[in-house]
Amino acid sequence: MYTQALNSSDGDERHVEDAERAAQFQARIDADERIEPNDWMPAAYRKTLTRQISQHAHSEIVGMLPEGNWITRAPSLRRKAALLAKVQDECGHGLYLYAAAETLGTSREELVDLMLAGKAKYSSIFNYPTLTWADIGTIGWLVDGAAIMNQIPLCRCSYGPYARAMIRVCKEESFHQRQGFEIMVTLCRGTEEQKAMAQDALNRWWWPVLMMFGPPDQASQHSDTSTKWKIKRFSNDELRQKFVDATVPQAQFLGLSIPDPGMKQNEAGNWEYSAIDWDEFKQVLAGNGPCNRDRLAARRKAHDDGAWVRDAALAYAEKRRQRATLQAAE
Amino acid sequence: MATPNIPLWEVFIRSRNGLAHKHVGSLHATDATLALQAARDIYTRRGEGISIWVVPSNAITASDPSEKGMMFEPAESKIYRHPTFYDVPDEVGHM
Repeated sequence: MYTQALNSSDGDERHVEDAERAAQFQARIDADERIEPNDWMPAAYRKTLTRQISQHAHSEIVGMLPEGNWITRAPSLRRKAALLAKVQDECGHGLYLYAAAETLGTSREELVDLMLAGKAKYSSIFNYPTLTWADIGTIGWLVDGAAIMNQIPLCRCSYGPYARAMIRVCKEESFHQRQGFEIMVTLCRGTEEQKAMAQDALNRWWWPVLMMFGPPDQASQHSDTSTKWKIKRFSNDELRQKFVDATVPQAQFLGLSIPDPGMKQNEAGNWEYSAIDWDEFKQVLAGNGPCNRDRLAARRKAHDDGAWVRDAALAYAEKRRQRATLQAAE
Repeated sequence: MATPNIPLWEVFIRSRNGLAHKHVGSLHATDATLALQAARDIYTRRGEGISIWVVPSNAITASDPSEKGMMFEPAESKIYRHPTFYDVPDEVGHM
């Protein structure tokens, strides 16, 4: 999912490049041509995309943690199998995206090391805890729903490898959202206690989910360059509004109330929501959300615990290579 | 400590018999066996294929995109290679 806050590009850092090539590049973008890995591209385009795609990849990987928390406690085998498959998909999405980022010239290992060192961002949403089973339903319904809104336009992004990765990701996210909504339907048709659990989860996730689309348009500094390069096709506020309009009727179907008493539908049919607490968003991005430290610690532990596997696989491949060289010499 | 680099592989999948293998993406693996298993897990979770090729990325020789003009010019300028270049009288019908 999750390209939030990642919309800032490095437009201001553009150094003087061959003006003619830059103009040719922009002409290709304007003609809706796709840019492929070995094509010439402005340094700032490469840098912006490397950052956006790698942050997106980190988000997929860190995103496995809040849901992984419930795999062993899923209420039935059916739910458990589905959740396991979903978390496995998130891992796959991370891998497609790292592969797309690498085509820009930075290795996956370097990108992962930056994340583990706390120097790379990932989506703020994964720094919130999953306290009850209803959170798993809410994540699928809303977090994956928001992700789909964000990602569908990225399937037409100007950078070929990113666009192709997003097409695969979007196909799979659809299952994620539906499995989440099904959990919500079941809870809302269940006992009063179950319905209250669903409402509680919605209350806690609603605002953080709206923040997933990133800062409001007036505050989003470098959006223009990303739009000019056709990395970004819709503004943060446009996508957020689309998401809210799609979600309100779903909440009504569930019989849940969105925790925004001031919300009202305008004449155009759009649902107007109240002001978002951007200080909370900044705090979470700065590392002070409820689970930031836990998430990084869990990623570092998994990475360290897996070191022997990487070492053993490399050593085995090297041994086989040496044996083949010896045999060839005989 | 920096994480050691693990070789990159390109993955090609045949979605069903009768179709060619098609490039679907890349992955990291220390050897061909692990690359095949990883390709199965990453790229065929929903019945996307019945056959996989993995090729070390550094074994691929690619044409240079900046020379594509020169590289493909011979194909651009020879319109007589296309059937529509030739006039066949209407009375002859479909040919």
